[in-house]
Amino acid sequence: MFDFGVVTNWIHTQLTSVMPEGLAVFLECVAIGVCLLLLYVIIAIIMIYMERKVCAAFQCRLGPQRVGPWGSVQVFCDVFKMLTKEIIIIRHADKFLYNLAPFIVILASVMAFAYIPINRGMEILDFNVGILFFMAASSIGVVGILLAGWSSNNKFSLIGAMRSGAQMISYELSIGLSILTIVVLTDTMQFSEIVMRQADGWFIFKGHIPALIAFIIYLIAGNAEVNRGPFDLPEAESELTAGYHTEYSGMHFGLFYVAEFVNLFIVSSIAATVFLGGWMPLHIPGLDGFNAVMDAIPGFIWFFAKALFVVWLLMWIKWTFPRLRIDQILTLEWKYLVPIGLLNLLLMVIVVVFGLHF
Amino acid sequence: MDSIMENNLDIKDRMAAFVPQVQWSEAGEGMFTVPAEDFRKVASFLKDEAGFDFLRSLTGVDWGDEGLGCVYHLENTSTGENVVLRTLDPDRDNATLPSVHDIWKAADLNEREAYDFLGIRFIGHPDLRRLYLRDDWKGYPLRKDYDPSWNGIPVENEETNDDAPTYEVTKDGSFILKRRPLFEDDEYVINIGPQHPATHGVLRFRVSLEGEIIRKLDVHCGYIHRGIEKMCESMTYPQTLGLTDRLDYLGAMQNRHALCMCIEKAMGLEVSDRIQYIRTIMDELQRIDSHLLFASCLAQDMGALEVFFLGFRDREKVLDILEQTTGGRLIQTYNRIGGVQADIHPDFVRKTKEFIAYMRPKLNEYHEIFTGNVIACTRLVGTGVLSREDAISFGATGGTGRASGWACDVRKRHPYGVYDKVDFKEITFTEGDCFARYMVRMKEIEESMNIIEQLIDNIPEGEYQMKVRPLVKLPEGSWYSAVEGSRGEFGVYLESRGDKSPYRLKFRSTGLPLVSCIDTITRGAKIADLIAIGGTLDYVVPDIDR
Amino acid sequence: MKRNVNIKSMKYEDFNDNEYIEQMLKELNENGANVIVGCLDNVIEWGRSNSLWPLTFATSCCGIEFMAIGAARYDFARFGFEVARASPRQADFIMVAGTITYKMAPVLKRLYDQMADPKYVVATGGCAISGGPFQKSYHVVCGVDKILPVDVYIPGCPPRPEAMLYGLMQLQRKVKAQRFLGGINKGISEKEYERLMAEGVGRSEGKDDYDESGLA
Repeated sequence: MFDFGVVTNWIHTQLTSVMPEGLAVFLECVAIGVCLLLLYVIIAIIMIYMERKVCAAFQCRLGPQRVGPWGSVQVFCDVFKMLTKEIIIIRHADKFLYNLAPFIVILASVMAFAYIPINRGMEILDFNVGILFFMAASSIGVVGILLAGWSSNNKFSLIGAMRSGAQMISYELSIGLSILTIVVLTDTMQFSEIVMRQADGWFIFKGHIPALIAFIIYLIAGNAEVNRGPFDLPEAESELTAGYHTEYSGMHFGLFYVAEFVNLFIVSSIAATVFLGGWMPLHIPGLDGFNAVMDAIPGFIWFFAKALFVVWLLMWIKWTFPRLRIDQILTLEWKYLVPIGLLNLLLMVIVVVFGLHF
Repeated sequence: MDSIMENNLDIKDRMAAFVPQVQWSEAGEGMFTVPAEDFRKVASFLKDEAGFDFLRSLTGVDWGDEGLGCVYHLENTSTGENVVLRTLDPDRDNATLPSVHDIWKAADLNEREAYDFLGIRFIGHPDLRRLYLRDDWKGYPLRKDYDPSWNGIPVENEETNDDAPTYEVTKDGSFILKRRPLFEDDEYVINIGPQHPATHGVLRFRVSLEGEIIRKLDVHCGYIHRGIEKMCESMTYPQTLGLTDRLDYLGAMQNRHALCMCIEKAMGLEVSDRIQYIRTIMDELQRIDSHLLFASCLAQDMGALEVFFLGFRDREKVLDILEQTTGGRLIQTYNRIGGVQADIHPDFVRKTKEFIAYMRPKLNEYHEIFTGNVIACTRLVGTGVLSREDAISFGATGGTGRASGWACDVRKRHPYGVYDKVDFKEITFTEGDCFARYMVRMKEIEESMNIIEQLIDNIPEGEYQMKVRPLVKLPEGSWYSAVEGSRGEFGVYLESRGDKSPYRLKFRSTGLPLVSCIDTITRGAKIADLIAIGGTLDYVVPDIDR
Repeated sequence: MKRNVNIKSMKYEDFNDNEYIEQMLKELNENGANVIVGCLDNVIEWGRSNSLWPLTFATSCCGIEFMAIGAARYDFARFGFEVARASPRQADFIMVAGTITYKMAPVLKRLYDQMADPKYVVATGGCAISGGPFQKSYHVVCGVDKILPVDVYIPGCPPRPEAMLYGLMQLQRKVKAQRFLGGINKGISEKEYERLMAEGVGRSEGKDDYDESGLA
């Protein structure tokens, strides 16, 4: 299994040999920041392209086709278009908050993105309360959405933002509970450690029934958290035109648009990391030959394959299911998911205490 | 025809006994003329004692020197009797008539329409604003003395006027204007439309919200009011046909069928069996097309885009068949006075049968993906309940009425075409909620296919166009004929003065009654329910606005 | 700088109104531009032309055909028109699909004003072009070009989906022949148009009472 830490250590030693350590660390931070943003953009582009193509396939269409092979550079066209579009400043809006909101959303998204372990030794933020911090970072996004809706001075936006607030804060709970179930199983909150513990089998297999339930709850709640699929109420096209970003144009809207897709990827990759082993190849204890073959596939391929599989699953749900109503969304969360999540946590504790897991 | 006459004789005696001033005129299908001062009395008598609970159509007419007035088409839903009344006020400048909005709820918007077009003030109407035209519109366009140069393209945005004017009569005979606010100052009123993805066109709702819950809803129509009825008055009869397709563009065949039937009835022309068969089959194909689009749009509004594409995929197949014969995808311009424009294409029969064989199993896909979906069910079941009484009172025909348990299918009530020769079920539900409205239409697709299957192999030989002189002149009189359009009873009221163009041509909109009941059934529902209700009512805005 | 206005897998000769596009190209090339600006412009116009997002706006019959080109058989997503936006702020062009009546005209103008530049107008169908069959009506605007600057006209009643796709390709060609950096050459500038309109209908320029706060 290739450890990316070797590369980073080598870069670090090379840099410290020619300059003082402080400067080296600073340079590394800058480099990592640039790489992170670059990766963020690339992921966004891949996600948008994938969304277009996957939804086209579900709808018996072809999807973008004209620019580049199979329309693969379509998203670049969109980016150029977005960048050159006028940004409308609304007269009666709260200008400062109105301009701030998209950046808060994208900031939360980038921060959460930084926690994802892509390969062994290739995690940017990784410390012992990683999960806690990830949840905190990702939930900043709702503030941006609320601000966007409130500062736009548009009634549709306001309703969209209120819906979003109610929905995202509620579903945060289920996400927490389902991840907590796995934390109980692993007794760690560090992402790299969680992945390492899955060397002898992914948690969805190891934790069997409670882990499976937690996975399903996570998928539902995660979908709601990123305002997609049957939970796209805050921007419900047919009800609120474009919800909280009705008044945003040009790149401001582009930031919301990009953040939505990358958030989808983040939710999926956390699902892949926590339940499906992240970059850890599929290992079956006892079958050493099989495990060696699996190890030959690089970790980041495993990671992206799993994450994109979950993304695909969520897209499938999005394009098939009708939208829920606001009261149904809250009923689903508070009357079903939270109690089931709590019971599931208890079940996991029992499983762990009595050693019933594999 | 005959049965209508007999009923009229019966009701004639009863009317004469009740109010002796009522006059019966024979021209055309005949109608009663009721003096305005007795009109409310007659109306209550007809509604409460004679059981005429369905106001089919209310038409404002400018009778020149005779005055301004209205024609009311009434039907008794339990016996199927029909009666036509008219009442008028000779004072053109201050025409007033008593309002009957409390007797038939359908009169509410229809009276506003008559006020808008002709300036007839309805005494006691609670909300006599203009329905279609802007509040600052000068003149009343359907009056014969209206001059189009009075109004130009407005450049300023329309002021939203939330005051509902009411006219009341004082003891000395003059009337006073009272204003009543529609929305209070502290209400959170949002504006949905005219450009909004869920209004299916350019309808506008003003919705008072409490959180997500709808407290009150006010409909604004007229953003696509094209003045078709006025235009028809200056056109020859064959020319008027061209505009019907553009009313409810998803019922182009049926609309035109209704107008052709009405003109043929006035001419006393019987069309050949072949024409009847072709028209019936075309009507049903159009119905399938429309209902598929209904399912697609409903699903799209509710966020299930998958079904939208399924619907359009299958709809294209219907359009292919229609296009082969008529040459049009949406605007068919196929029916003509005394026939159809062209004989059916040689492949028509084969292709239609292929389509039916293709479509039957495909319907299951809709049920698997959408009907059976738990989210769709919970959103549709129990929302937007329209009771049977309300449906009749509002005149909400079509799938909406049948979902509420009212057997209002014109194909059964007043059979036309060859509907009396085919065996088909009239789908009715009793729930009256969104799900019932959805299911009625899905089941009707199957029934339509049954009808086509019974007819398609038996199209008799014959001519597809009867001999009709190019310049059609109708005798004096008035006629009403209706077909079952894709979304309800589509009626044509034609009044002729013996010229080559109609004196008054009114289309009974299928959508206006549906829109008028939307306030009643959305109260207490959520915004998302408004979308589902609007989707299942299945109105087409150009048909409402005409 | 040679600007390419070709559409993939379409012959140049298959398009009508090539003279118009050539005229635009000539104007574009007349003054020349420096290489970097020219290249950048080229890329921007390529991007813009392939990513025109429509506003979901329809008034009548043509709207159904507009939906049909979004659906499976015609699928305008192939050309990058995929993301129909319900909010005018985010749309690139407005497809005036259907009759525009007097009551609708100020609303439509307002919708157009709410859109972010660069924006385009496609008049679809007889009604939007000239009033179509409703020319004699007392309540129909005979041609949407009386209130908006139209870029492409698509005739038909309603136009077939193929015709709509053709019209949208013409719009793409027009966008490709434009200069983004240094002014959008729409043939007639926005300001000029506003001035003409103000003269034509004698409206006041006072915008104090104009509420931009959105749809609500």
